[in-house]
Amino acid sequence: MTQPHTSRDTPPAGNPLALTSLDDLHTQLTAHLTEPARAWLARALDEAAARSGTHGPISAWELRLAEAGRRCGTDHVDAVRILILHAAQAGPDALTRVYQQGTAAERRAVLHALPHLVPGPDALPLVEDALRTNDTRLVAAAVGPYAARHLDAHNWRHAVLKCLFTGVPVDTVADLHHRARADTELARMLDDYAAERTAAGRPVPEDLHRVLALTASEAKES
Amino acid sequence: MRIFDPHIHMTSRTTDDYQAMYTAGVRAVVEPSFWLGQPRTSPTSFLDYFDSLLGWEPFRAAQYGIAHHCTIALNPKEANDPRCAPVLDELPRYLVKDRVVAVGEIGYDSMTPAEDTALAAQLQLAADHGLPALVHTPHRDKLAGLRRTLDAVRESALPPEHVLLDHLNETTVKEAKDAGCWLGFSVYPETKMDEERMVAILRAHGPEQVLVNSAADWGRSDPLKTRRVGDLMLAEGFTEDDVDRVLWRNPVAFYGLSGRLDLDVDATDATHEGNSILRGGE
Repeated sequence: MTQPHTSRDTPPAGNPLALTSLDDLHTQLTAHLTEPARAWLARALDEAAARSGTHGPISAWELRLAEAGRRCGTDHVDAVRILILHAAQAGPDALTRVYQQGTAAERRAVLHALPHLVPGPDALPLVEDALRTNDTRLVAAAVGPYAARHLDAHNWRHAVLKCLFTGVPVDTVADLHHRARADTELARMLDDYAAERTAAGRPVPEDLHRVLALTASEAKES
Repeated sequence: MRIFDPHIHMTSRTTDDYQAMYTAGVRAVVEPSFWLGQPRTSPTSFLDYFDSLLGWEPFRAAQYGIAHHCTIALNPKEANDPRCAPVLDELPRYLVKDRVVAVGEIGYDSMTPAEDTALAAQLQLAADHGLPALVHTPHRDKLAGLRRTLDAVRESALPPEHVLLDHLNETTVKEAKDAGCWLGFSVYPETKMDEERMVAILRAHGPEQVLVNSAADWGRSDPLKTRRVGDLMLAEGFTEDDVDRVLWRNPVAFYGLSGRLDLDVDATDATHEGNSILRGGE
């Protein structure tokens, strides 16, 4: 079996793509893209809004999603894809298709787009799929606000534990403070994991202590 | 020595290989889709494989500081199985993806009519998608296979300078070169080419348009054969610039025809010195 990857490959903390409003995302992108990339994006968004045209078996806007990396550069590709998905008014069915037919990078963009585009829990299977992978880029994208809103307690606890296992910073986990508060079962899992690490002579991740401290706080009265 | 292995089946290799490849100087690979030893029985089996070449495998490579790209195709061997051939209809949605840098491996295995059909259809797909083609030349009846391959290329919409003919050897290199194609050589422990013969071919035909690969897979093969060729080239009097041309610039030039090479390994994925890796193409 492939061993969990360690903190050697930690993605950046925070999840700005899922938290930034789409208008702000568009403004930031426009400021940073090159002129040809900006023109390409404008056309892609128009095409997506019109939902017109096809490219062989796929629609034109799905072609734009696929080629966004080489058109706009890897630094901006997630934001570009989120905006195209929004312009196409992609709902759970379209997002599921794009995810299932997508590269890892396209799947990551879909995960970041979920809190912007899907109000209900319909797209949860995509989050669950990403959490089954060992690709830390997908795991990090899966634990955003959409998971915080909809993932049940058992799967959410395992997602937190998986972040600790794979070196994804727990700062990436949306709404961590609120969901961890007074979670005695999560505290037990963290204690057991710490004991297992200690028994093996391995260090306990600093992030584990941070989450453990959060579980110790009292449930907030609503 | 910076090395771009233009043909290696990393799906079949371990992470130890990635580590050793990085240590030897490998910074970029192209993984052509091919058969897996065990025949597939349906198109969906291909789809999971293609998804892996665009998902898990590039992630795995990035962990070791290596930029991973792939080529997508129905391989010649399985083109003969009517249960597999319908995967041709699924190829267009893969050929638009970032990091797909060619159609391949296509070509001949046993030179059957079904292989003729798949080869012609996929050369056309390459032309339609602005991609070059990686064309495998057959192991059995190789010279006749090369000539039939060249006929297929001439009849296609793809110019020969967008075609890489692979698994060449002493008997096929001249006609492949005269046709204007890029020249691929697979260096193996026992079969195909070895380092000494490779250097002799480079001396006889020059380093222009030549790509050297390990074609390492699940069989007896060695992912460090590219490095061995580079070392022997230097020992035999080739310059460092010659080595860089064969082991880096030529593969960058050929796959760069796709416009989809991205030789930066994401800094968040790279594991070596915690930094991104040199950019190619300069």
